[in-house]
Amino acid sequence: MAEKENKEKPRIGVFVCHCGSNIGGFVDVPSVADYAKTLPDVAYATDNLYTCAEDGLSNIREGIRKHNLNRVIVASCTPRTHAPLFQATCESAGLNKYLFTFVNLREHCSWVHMKEKEKATQKAKDLVRMGVARARLLEPQTEEKVNVEPTGVVIGGGVAGMTAALSLGDMGFPVHLVEKEAELGGFVRNLNNLYVTEKSAAETIKPLIDKVKANKNVKLHLNSSVKSVEGFIGNYDVVIGTKGTDDLKAKVGTIVLATGALEFVPEGMYGYNQYPNVVTLTEFEILCKKKTLPKLKNVAFVQCVGSRGQKVTYCSRICCNVAIKNAINIVDNYENMLGLMEKTGTLIEKVPVEKKVPDEILERRRRRRGRERGEEGEAEEVRLGPSEKIEVTVFNRDIMAYGVEHELTYNKAREKRVKFIRYTPENPPKVFMEGNQLMVSYFHETLKLDRTMPVDMVVLSTPLVGQLDNHEMSQMLKVPLGQEGFFLEAHVKLRPVDFATDGIYVCGTCRGPADITEAATQAAAAASRAAIPMAKGYVQAEAITSSVDETKCSGCGTCIQVCPYGALRKNDKGLAEVIVAACKGCGCCGATCPEMAITMTNYTDAQLLAEAKAALQEEV
Amino acid sequence: MAEPQRSIPEAPKAAPSGEWEPKIIGFLCNWCSYAGADLCGVSRYQYPTNVRAVRVMCSTRISPHLVLDLFTAGADGILLGGCHLNDCHYISGNFYTEKRARLMWKLLEDAGVEPQRLRLEWVSASEGEKFSKVVTEFTENIRKLGPSKVKKDAVLKSKVAAADSASETFRLRALVGKELNLEKTGNVYGNKLEQAELEKLIDIATKDEFERSLILELSKDKPRSVKELGKIMEVPTDRVLRHIVVLRQKNMLSMDHPEGFTPTYKTIIIGGEE
Repeated sequence: MAEKENKEKPRIGVFVCHCGSNIGGFVDVPSVADYAKTLPDVAYATDNLYTCAEDGLSNIREGIRKHNLNRVIVASCTPRTHAPLFQATCESAGLNKYLFTFVNLREHCSWVHMKEKEKATQKAKDLVRMGVARARLLEPQTEEKVNVEPTGVVIGGGVAGMTAALSLGDMGFPVHLVEKEAELGGFVRNLNNLYVTEKSAAETIKPLIDKVKANKNVKLHLNSSVKSVEGFIGNYDVVIGTKGTDDLKAKVGTIVLATGALEFVPEGMYGYNQYPNVVTLTEFEILCKKKTLPKLKNVAFVQCVGSRGQKVTYCSRICCNVAIKNAINIVDNYENMLGLMEKTGTLIEKVPVEKKVPDEILERRRRRRGRERGEEGEAEEVRLGPSEKIEVTVFNRDIMAYGVEHELTYNKAREKRVKFIRYTPENPPKVFMEGNQLMVSYFHETLKLDRTMPVDMVVLSTPLVGQLDNHEMSQMLKVPLGQEGFFLEAHVKLRPVDFATDGIYVCGTCRGPADITEAATQAAAAASRAAIPMAKGYVQAEAITSSVDETKCSGCGTCIQVCPYGALRKNDKGLAEVIVAACKGCGCCGATCPEMAITMTNYTDAQLLAEAKAALQEEV
Repeated sequence: MAEPQRSIPEAPKAAPSGEWEPKIIGFLCNWCSYAGADLCGVSRYQYPTNVRAVRVMCSTRISPHLVLDLFTAGADGILLGGCHLNDCHYISGNFYTEKRARLMWKLLEDAGVEPQRLRLEWVSASEGEKFSKVVTEFTENIRKLGPSKVKKDAVLKSKVAAADSASETFRLRALVGKELNLEKTGNVYGNKLEQAELEKLIDIATKDEFERSLILELSKDKPRSVKELGKIMEVPTDRVLRHIVVLRQKNMLSMDHPEGFTPTYKTIIIGGEE
């Protein structure tokens, strides 16, 4: 479609939206539209009840045709949600989408000045005037088309990485799966059994490993790491280094990051590394798995060690459920555990899984009622068994047993007389030795009493933390890390497995604590996101990029140093050159260039200053 | 489309109409501060009507020139909003913003504009309430400082314009642009500089460049003597003379006519440019 040329004088159309009463109730919208008509180069201005509704959109299309508009301004809500809709409308009427300007009258005006109609209306007029000043200087842009190599690379061979690689392989895309260890499986290889399954962790993930190995599209690189990544979406040059062999250079279109997480080591907390039998949750799992547990009668779990405002701010999400699972294991396998060294058979086989959960809950309620009536004897009798002999205590700040299954498991643990004792962050339990006996003292919040108890083992539930090399990885891939050291997705709600950098996706625990189900779900999502540009075969790069004026550039290279995406390089003349497909348009180079040779497309100094200076004008 | 109606919170107190109202420009980054301002609206936190937001992709886009030019044009206050450090959508943009903001404050101070008129805030997309607090507090602070005197005071205007030109010199842009890398990875010889040392260096360069720019600014329309320049600039005459030597070497200033025995100097204006 022939796009309206920029050379002609701007003819601006302004569409001011009532948004029902959202704007109209707090701003005098018709007067804003009338005011817009008086501004330079405005050829048409009107107000709509809902500009984003079909009649509003057709109003824009009609306006472009009827009044020969070559700039469109919509003054309504936020560009962060509605810009694509209005841009598409402009394009459908033959207007380049970069000639569209958004003015935010709702989030930034009517909703925040609800009791000052006069001033809010004044501000709305100012904002429209600013939009007009910007629109007059806009230029049409063309988006560059970039071909996409239909091959992927997945970094990390845990559950997330395997799931992603398998999904891509099943879709028919060749995919490199890079795992630094000699085996697939990742963190799960440490674990004994998984909650709400009857199988051991190893058994659970075996089918997945087998499928990955059998898939012809998945090229497995064990004992390997990604040494360097260069390029941009569709055209990444990845160097995969494998121990004992030459480096492999691969051309890939997309990258899925699934490097997993580590367990926080609680050095110097709760007697860890100081007293015997103080272990972390994962160490406990390893002991269970190797069947090298000592004889245990009293076990204390301490939750939130290092997390939630201590060493890290976040909740690690999975440790409550892991602790509950292990507490149940200990109770159920008491007999077993005593003879763990001698007896054959795994812990897992002995875990009875209650199938009839509703009955169980009914039973529990019956007993509770019995207790209330003082029928102590009967209630006690029901609970005879292993739990009489063994004391498992879970010290917690609060239990996060979310969702369908976990709450039932939590109830089951309470059934089995696992004690859940709350502590406050100001007054955590203390672990110490009394002679040869490991002891825990704590303040009982309900009884308001200090208590002490002997224990055989203390298990510390510590959070998952980012891998040690996350920082290097983030620099190599040019993707951001969040404040907590996990990889940061493009949008917390709407783009949870994308990175802001096109062509790179994230899943599993490297983007934050997650259990296996969640990691697998994210991996499937990341794989399908990565498949989109590969299936399409090309992408269009947004035309918000930097551009270098070669007549001003002195080749000093400062822009190359500051660009976070490696989107600038020197050309054969020794001058700076922009790789358009790699540029994300942040503007760092533009604000840095000592020769002021770099301008930012669609965000030029002139456009920004015109917009801002329009705000400083006295009321017309 | 329509959001659920809630009871409307009290609007912040504003001056009675007709009185001076601060004009504040807010440069907000698309991913955090602008989104934070959006959330502020969705949550109906109220704030004064003085801020006019300009959306940019990243706070790192804001070169000192944009800010200083707006102060020359009479802005009462400028708010720069970015993502929290280490949470930048563009990985490291806001670290550069921080360095540039430091230069802007330094130049404002040199020019005689209260540095408090420029505020840098990290507001994330989830900090809607923080955005309203920042804007309310900043508007109050600007109200207390009173209207910008730049438009009424010719010398002050020259000084802010000089600060603007100084920020565009190769020396300052290159220094501030490379500051972060010099701190982190060192110079081409592998020498790392301490932050304090580097800042001291930049401050000296800033003062030099500001004074030189001011000489050029003041001598644009009227030839000036060293003594006269020293008096207006409140800088010792030997310093002024040293700057004049440098500026003449760079062919930016020429001797005009002597007034008695005192030479006067005039800025060389190249081509059609100012």
